Amino acid sequence: MAITQLSVFVENRPGKLVEVIETLGTAGLDLRALSIADTADYGVLRVIVDKPDAAFRTLTDAGYVVKSNEVLPVAIDDTPGALGKLLRVLSDDGISVEYVYAFVAHGENKAFVIVRVEDNDAAVKTLARAGIAVAGDKEIYNI
Amino acid sequence: MGNYFHEHEETMGREEMRALQSERLAEQVAHAYKNVPYYRELMDKHGVKPADVKSIDDLHKLPFISKDDLREAYPYGLLAVPLEDCVRIQSTSGTTGRRVVAFYTQEDVDLWDECCARAIVAAGGTKKDVVHVSYGYGLFTGGPGLNGGSHKVGSLTLPMSSGNTERQIQFMVDLESTILCCTPSYAAYLAETIHETGQRDKIKLKAGIFGAEAWSEEMRRHIEERLGIKAFDIYGLTEISGPGVSFECEEQTGMHVNEDHFIPEIINPITGEVLPDGEKGELVFTSISKKAFPLLRYRTRDICVLTREKCSCGRTLIKMAKPMGRSDDMLIIRGVNVFPSQIETVLINCGFEANYQLIVDRVNYSDTLEVRVEMTTDMFSDEVRKMEGLDNEVESKLKSMLGIAAKVTLVAPKSIARSEGKAVRVIDNRGGKL
Repeated sequence: MAITQLSVFVENRPGKLVEVIETLGTAGLDLRALSIADTADYGVLRVIVDKPDAAFRTLTDAGYVVKSNEVLPVAIDDTPGALGKLLRVLSDDGISVEYVYAFVAHGENKAFVIVRVEDNDAAVKTLARAGIAVAGDKEIYNI
Repeated sequence: MGNYFHEHEETMGREEMRALQSERLAEQVAHAYKNVPYYRELMDKHGVKPADVKSIDDLHKLPFISKDDLREAYPYGLLAVPLEDCVRIQSTSGTTGRRVVAFYTQEDVDLWDECCARAIVAAGGTKKDVVHVSYGYGLFTGGPGLNGGSHKVGSLTLPMSSGNTERQIQFMVDLESTILCCTPSYAAYLAETIHETGQRDKIKLKAGIFGAEAWSEEMRRHIEERLGIKAFDIYGLTEISGPGVSFECEEQTGMHVNEDHFIPEIINPITGEVLPDGEKGELVFTSISKKAFPLLRYRTRDICVLTREKCSCGRTLIKMAKPMGRSDDMLIIRGVNVFPSQIETVLINCGFEANYQLIVDRVNYSDTLEVRVEMTTDMFSDEVRKMEGLDNEVESKLKSMLGIAAKVTLVAPKSIARSEGKAVRVIDNRGGKL
């Protein structure tokens, strides 16, 4: 089911990204997945951490603008074509994907894809019909 | 009907006011001509004698004076009484050149204090109030003016001065301040800090009197909401006396000018022609009561409108609209006049807070305007598409408001320095560049 992703506003200047990452590290928070979308002036850092509530407080207290929202983690086989198949299922059902990012789980022959859509419930149903299961939060947080 | 500090002067009929103004004007012109060689020479050059100014209908005969005259006459050139009769000096910030100093006799200080007292009473102040003055004290007129006004009203006065925000809020909570006086940008900063530290329920403020810089109607609503108060505008210039030249009543539709002491006019800034009430132009003041440092037809460089409509508060004093900004604050970018307050309006309407800075530069012989505005939690999104949409929306609204393009840069919260006095809104890097 959907898991919590934190997004952080980061100015596109030297040293700004590392400050955020260090803030999380100092607080003992473990990163599970990360992606950055950047423009010339700023970036949006998106992270999945093991303790989202604690991370939200830590970042907010440190003065960052943080947003929390639900995204879908999907486990796929770490083989060519697997991601394409997943996206095709969503696309064929008219579900538009805002963004995706992927990471490979070590020790297993699996990859996880974080999918951001407008309507999580609709996407979960579409995936279920195609036999694709959404991973649980424990599965992700305990990687 | 409201409460008045000087009910008679604040509500007198038009004819009575004209008679009072005429009498004081004629006296003031004679005083200035007799005691200030600078005025004598200026008037002689324009062929005007004191006898030519018998009533306010003759005001237009007098030549204007400007900040340049004040600088030229620095420090004693416009002094109209012996220095030993003066008890106080105040000064402008001097950011745009040589400082201007103004002198006050005890009577001048008293009338200034009384003008501020009118403002405090109009904002609902009584002797039961605790007036928290966070304007700077010192040469700047903000602190001393509201301090004196609060004494006249008989309120308990907290002379906080500016700075040390934590202590400001501590005193506000512990001593139950009810009326806050400071610059609007500092009020916004205090509100932000009170909000962040969760002390909103601990403060007892009911009103704020904010001035000394241009601020938008949107910023007023924002401060009012954040602090749970009614925010009143106050206007003044050091040269004329200080805050309290005009002040707002509960109607909040412009500031009543203390006409019994200061006669306002609106002129065409290019031709100098006097414009009728209701037309926009440069505000000019003549101080008719102050003795140490009388100013005759002083061009303020503030752009605004005067209106004489019946006010629900019962005051008959003419009202001036909130100036769009001092023409000192006005930027000329690619030949277009731009006021920071216009940009503030757009930003707040788009959902941002008034934490912004304007960077003006010149690249390849052409002016550039960058608007840096702090990102807030409400405005932030994990989707870059939405953020870029926001950027574009602000840029297009700025374009239609200003008539020129501006680049909007979203920056991190708290990355723009907070001001405890007048906010530094503009950084102009064009100096000397072709």
